[in-house]
Amino acid sequence: MTDVPVRRARARAGWIFRPRVRSAIIQILLVALIGLAGWYIFQTTRQNIAAQRLVTGFDFFWVESGFSISQTLIPFSENNTYARAFLVGLLNTLFVSALGVVLATVIGFLVGIGRLSQNWIISRLCGAYVEIIRNLPLLFQILFWYLAVLTALPVPRQSISIFDEIFVNNRGITVPKFVFGEGGGFVFGAAAIGILLAFVVSWLARRRTVATGKPLRVWPLNLALVVGLPLACFLYFGVSVSIDQPVLKGFNFVGGLRIIPEFLALLIALATYTAAFIAEIVRAGILAVPRGQTEAASALGLRRSKVLRLVVVPQALRVIVPPLTSQYLNLIKNSSLAVSIGYPDLVSVFAGTTLNNTGQAIEILGITMLVYLCISLVISFAMNIYNRRIALKER
Amino acid sequence: MKRLSFLFPLAMSVAFAGVAQAGTLDDVKARGSILCGVSGGLAGFSQPDDKGNWTGIDVDFCRAIAAAVFNDPTKVKFLPLTAKDRFTALQSREIDVLSRNTTWTSSRDTSLGLNFAGVVYYDAQGFMVRKAAKVSSALELSNTTVCVQSGTTTQLNLGDYFRSNNMKYEAVVFNTADEVIKAYESGRCDVFTTDVSQIYAERLKLSKPDDHMILPELISKEPLGPVVRHGDDQWFDIVKWVLFAMINAEEYDVSQKTIDQRLKSDRPDVKRLLGIEGNYGEQLGLTNDWVVRVIRHVGNYGEIFDRNVGANSRLKIERGLNKLWSKGGIQYAPPVR
Repeated sequence: MTDVPVRRARARAGWIFRPRVRSAIIQILLVALIGLAGWYIFQTTRQNIAAQRLVTGFDFFWVESGFSISQTLIPFSENNTYARAFLVGLLNTLFVSALGVVLATVIGFLVGIGRLSQNWIISRLCGAYVEIIRNLPLLFQILFWYLAVLTALPVPRQSISIFDEIFVNNRGITVPKFVFGEGGGFVFGAAAIGILLAFVVSWLARRRTVATGKPLRVWPLNLALVVGLPLACFLYFGVSVSIDQPVLKGFNFVGGLRIIPEFLALLIALATYTAAFIAEIVRAGILAVPRGQTEAASALGLRRSKVLRLVVVPQALRVIVPPLTSQYLNLIKNSSLAVSIGYPDLVSVFAGTTLNNTGQAIEILGITMLVYLCISLVISFAMNIYNRRIALKER
Repeated sequence: MKRLSFLFPLAMSVAFAGVAQAGTLDDVKARGSILCGVSGGLAGFSQPDDKGNWTGIDVDFCRAIAAAVFNDPTKVKFLPLTAKDRFTALQSREIDVLSRNTTWTSSRDTSLGLNFAGVVYYDAQGFMVRKAAKVSSALELSNTTVCVQSGTTTQLNLGDYFRSNNMKYEAVVFNTADEVIKAYESGRCDVFTTDVSQIYAERLKLSKPDDHMILPELISKEPLGPVVRHGDDQWFDIVKWVLFAMINAEEYDVSQKTIDQRLKSDRPDVKRLLGIEGNYGEQLGLTNDWVVRVIRHVGNYGEIFDRNVGANSRLKIERGLNKLWSKGGIQYAPPVR
């Protein structure tokens, strides 16, 4: 009889001890605390900046840069703005990263498979490659390629010439450049469309093979699309092609297309270093496929190449892709070591020269971090989609 | 990433440092030493010797401030900084004064939130090439590759000079002075460019210094001086007047050798400078014998010049513009009174 009011009183006093209420309160407090800390940081930064009368904001982007950059994928001169310098640096970072990822993947797969080879010499060579490369610091390897290999090449006057067309010296590799006349754009457009169509054809053919069980021969059609289409376009429009040949004039070669040693050193170092890690990931992936799978496939009468392509690799990829993503992200972030050899990447051009000339450290470092974050998120997003596609589908 | 990871805490310390802008002099006294940002290794300006002691004109200037404040020139901590990191380090209170062959320009003086306290060395930018290249003028440098340090006025002057003379060039940009001279020596570049004083110093690092020559063209004005933060006038005054006092001391023939004798001088300007008359040191927040301390421990302007970059050094650079105004140069200091 006295029970009910007591229980009610306890309930009234105890609402604060209910798990849901309590956890809500704790979470609100935590968020408030983090928010306050953020607000405090923001306010003190603002006051400190105001006290020192530092210039802030993003107006510097539209100021003439006044410096030049040694490798630019888009035209750039001293008259261009810092915004364009930012773009040049970003493109250089993306360029070396993209090529690095492709090269590292190719080398990594070859070495990883090679290490499992029955051939004693090949497997030991691949093993030695992995153990040496991945155990030496990357910065050291970049400096090695740059100082000990590439800048040790002869001076331009004593270039190593290959058929008098390609010149290799300590300023890089100079090759002749094809210059397309009017209508050149159509040819490149046709090539792009050709490649796209070839993919569509392969996809359709695959679907048909799956549906009917009959293999289709598509490579002649694809060859025609990829090579024939741009060629036809080229002949139809009568596009003129001239060759811009490099000529030694005074100190350096003029004309042609030059690949600077900073780029080469960074690309080689990044690709070989990351490849050593990828090789181990690939080896682990292949070894993770149970032996019974290979034996079962062989028992079905599949050739060895088909066993690999249809049975082993798809299952191995499930193990390979997630750690592979981390390696790609590492490669992209490691590309910022470019600073040490003067390759004009985002960190060197933007977080280096631009930061120093404008002095706006907070804005520039913020943007640089944001850019690396965005690149990394896009890569891991794309890799996650790919991973979902190849993941085991349970029906 | 190495650079970024260094710059990040710098930027963050702007965010976290308390709002109160306490006087730098009080901070320095409480700490018991001055934090001085210098170059990592530039002969004549700031370089550790074989015993690990810092030497150079920029180093001696910081020692002079320590002598004025503490009567002890060793109460300085030297922080080697790259050209790229130096301003951020000063802005974020990592150092009290930047004495690192830094060119005085309007934007650095204003938008970076800094104050230049004077000119320790009047410099100019020049070019170094190999003698074998058979070049006698900078105007023949069209189509060359130039090695240059990032984040310097040098990099921008280079652009201006080649652009205004319609010459093509390729700039290879490195972070540290060491990387620049290494790349030049390896043959990556035809031309090495920086301030002339620095070319003299860097040339000593080459395996055959005599195979290289400095071209006659000087393409810019590079007044190098010590830098402090905006917002602390007392500290700005101290740094400024230590420099002025050293120049005045040379003018009045007050040196490490003559100081005891000059203390007995009857000349009123010498008496004011050495604190025998007036309380000019106390007005700065120091003691009245501040100049005596500076001269006794470090020397006057002429002495630190000769010892580090001039006649008595390995560099043997002429005084040139850096002579006193009374001897045909442009070094001139306002009077102490």
